[in-house]
Amino acid sequence: MTVRIGVVVFPGSNCDRDTMHALAQAGAEPVGLWHEQAALQGVAAVILPGGFAYGDYLRAGVIARFSPVMRAVTAFADEGGLVLGICNGFQVLAEAGLVPGALLRNRSLRFLGREVAVSAERLDTPFTHALSHAGPLRMPIAHGEGCYFADAATLDALESDGGVLFRYVDGAGAAAAEDDRDANPNGSLRAIAGVINARGNVAGLMPHPERAAEAVLGSEDGAGIVRSLVESAAKAVAERRVTVGMS
Amino acid sequence: MSTHRFAVNVTPKPGILDPQGRAVEGSLDHLGISGVSAVLVGRRVELTVDAADEAAARAVVERLAGELLANPLIEAFAIESIAGASSTTAAPPAPARPPETAGERHA
Repeated sequence: MTVRIGVVVFPGSNCDRDTMHALAQAGAEPVGLWHEQAALQGVAAVILPGGFAYGDYLRAGVIARFSPVMRAVTAFADEGGLVLGICNGFQVLAEAGLVPGALLRNRSLRFLGREVAVSAERLDTPFTHALSHAGPLRMPIAHGEGCYFADAATLDALESDGGVLFRYVDGAGAAAAEDDRDANPNGSLRAIAGVINARGNVAGLMPHPERAAEAVLGSEDGAGIVRSLVESAAKAVAERRVTVGMS
Repeated sequence: MSTHRFAVNVTPKPGILDPQGRAVEGSLDHLGISGVSAVLVGRRVELTVDAADEAAARAVVERLAGELLANPLIEAFAIESIAGASSTTAAPPAPARPPETAGERHA
């Protein structure tokens, strides 16, 4: 029995195949979900992959937010279904209000494609429990709008309620300063690289775990995130907490 | 029905990081311009709405500006009525050619 996990394909998604590959490596059956269909085909979890959905026109993620498939994803999340947004997928989740905050233009105004180090701030979530350690985890980023922003009250609430899931860290493993362009390349507030919603079933991050999920890619540090989601989805199916999605 | 034309000006909210604004400020030295500050770079969207009357048309613009054109977490918007509105659906008349006078020209 293989757990089925959906990967949404928007026009302009470009990490959907990599994500499906990483899911298959982790023992799941990846299921492509076309953006025009408001149906999740009974999957046990959903990933919104990286890319440039709808060309990132207007603001990254905003056009995708109003696509038919996002109606289904929002309803799924509201029922407690597991949803992970990676890079552009994180931007879509933020625009949809499924996770707090917004992703602003990188402070350098430049598109950044390189490896970063992050720490997992929590190892007790459906997206991180299979990580063997909190980090530093080496994963690539590839984005022009990754500067995490929320107002001070929201940031404080995230900190106190365990909403910060990943943070950019410096060479010493400490949270990177906002002006440390080496460790926190986009200038994210409080070095936030990923967040999780209050209910704990929707998370987003800017780094790409699927691009760091096997040794040949230079880092396997992202594999634990993919594996966490696969195991959590299988557990959710077993507990019948979400629509049964087994094959 | 009548036709109304609007512009929606979207700008970063006060206090929001605006790296584009900072970049513009940073370039002014190269132009030999001083005394310019607080540059905000936003977006202007112009659109035409067919509706029963101007109030109904404006309500449509309010909704699409708040839900789509601007992200209320980080951006503010202002709606203005602009020329080109007419009470029919006919194409607006071609604008008269501006007089070629000395002075202000914005090429």
